[in-house]
Amino acid sequence: MKITPAASQRFVVAFLWLITSITLLVLLFIIGYILVHGLGHINWSFLTESSRRMGREGGIFPMIVGTILVTGLAVIIAAPVGVLTTIYLTEYTREGKLTSIIRFGTDCLAAIPSIIFGLFGFVFFVVVLRMGFSIISGALTLAIMVLPTIIRTSEEAIRAVPKSYREVSYGLGSTRWQMVTKVVLKSALPGIGTGIVLSIGRCISETAAVMLTAGSALRMPDSPFASVRTLSLHFYILSREGISMENAYATASVLIITILVINVIAYLLMRRLAAKVR
Amino acid sequence: MSDNAKIIVDKFSAFYNQAEVLRQIELSIYSKERLAIIGPANSGKSTFLRSLNRLNDLHFHFSHSGKIIFDEKDIYDNTVDVPSLRRRIGMVYAVPAPLPCSIYDNVAYGPKVSGIKSRSKLDELVEFGLKKAVLWDEVKDRLKEPAMNLSGGQQQRMCLARVLALQPEVLLLDEPCSGLDPISTAKIEDAMLELKSSYAVVLVTNNTKQAARASDRTAFFLMGQLIELSRTDELFTNPADERTEAYITGQFG
Repeated sequence: MKITPAASQRFVVAFLWLITSITLLVLLFIIGYILVHGLGHINWSFLTESSRRMGREGGIFPMIVGTILVTGLAVIIAAPVGVLTTIYLTEYTREGKLTSIIRFGTDCLAAIPSIIFGLFGFVFFVVVLRMGFSIISGALTLAIMVLPTIIRTSEEAIRAVPKSYREVSYGLGSTRWQMVTKVVLKSALPGIGTGIVLSIGRCISETAAVMLTAGSALRMPDSPFASVRTLSLHFYILSREGISMENAYATASVLIITILVINVIAYLLMRRLAAKVR
Repeated sequence: MSDNAKIIVDKFSAFYNQAEVLRQIELSIYSKERLAIIGPANSGKSTFLRSLNRLNDLHFHFSHSGKIIFDEKDIYDNTVDVPSLRRRIGMVYAVPAPLPCSIYDNVAYGPKVSGIKSRSKLDELVEFGLKKAVLWDEVKDRLKEPAMNLSGGQQQRMCLARVLALQPEVLLLDEPCSGLDPISTAKIEDAMLELKSSYAVVLVTNNTKQAARASDRTAFFLMGQLIELSRTDELFTNPADERTEAYITGQFG
């Protein structure tokens, strides 16, 4: 029996449609399940109060603060370092042994499990540099962890800037640095921004590396050297130790909504930026 | 033609990865003249043009020998300030390449990177450039629009305006009309004729007819060598070298 091309075409379309729907359904099921179990427990006091009795009662305000501080600091450290590294790699050196070694290094870094970064952060920042379990140890560790993401996405964005822009800029008498800041970075900004948003997401959802470096204190942080517990870690501890599944789901819901909101805002911002540079 | 040459090219050779692409070029470029450079593909005309304002420096494998004297100084001397050299010897490329910003910002780019901050001075230079490039009347009401919205011919005149806003002394044009329709081409050629009164214009072109109608002198390049250089009417009616004759009559290339 021979299958006609038309029949195989119909079969493939149906098959691809099925596979895509399964992927979407799984995703929707996970998000739905968590929101159904968690949304009911979210209210104003849950968002604005400290936890009591190890998280069985009270809210998650210190964890929200902790997440913002650790993630924010990590990205503030990683973004400039990553973008400047990329500028050096793409604009200031010619392709050679050194650049391929650096590139290979960042690829390896990107593939390392986060708990290894956590272990490094624990040994180096927490113990050797005596920073203790703290916001700063956690942020530095996460910064190293997301650096490869930022470098690779920025590199792609910068390489996508047409060569003619560079020639024009030089031809009109700009220095290399003027060319980089006024032309290359401007057109690569949407792509670089996407990389930074990706790394914000990775920082927010990280648990292992944070547990080993920022600790898991429940109280409000009062200095950069205070230990904090991030939302993801709070969720992990609440569920893993069977403290309160209701609060665990509520925390997870807050996490999911936050990441969704960040992604939507970032998407809109990038679209506006991209429209501007066109 | 005045005796004081604007640019003197002295035994200039250029290499990419040791391969010689220009061999012992010797010629002078005078102010207030239009010099056309013609020749088949791979004859080194673009490389020569790009050597004149050191744009070849962007190639890591480029090297040279000989001298290019501009303003009594070898432009490849270590003490030369390359950005300011490129402002004085401006270049328009074959493919119009607007930067991804407004028409105004495109034309003001050169003056801005040279350090001019005064808004009124910038306005003045933008208007000056656009007028010289015969584009002002078409765009004066939409200077804030993205430059990408312009048609191909307008984009190329904007690229010309962008260079002219820097008030250069020498203007290098690398096949500026290769992608344009006849009307846009005519507009660019008109602009060139007017520009010649204040600049030295060097035009690289694949179009021998364009060289014949829009230049005062013509140089014929072949395989990296300067074969012949003379007054345009002379070169096209009575070429001295048989290879020049073969090329302009369309027997090869």
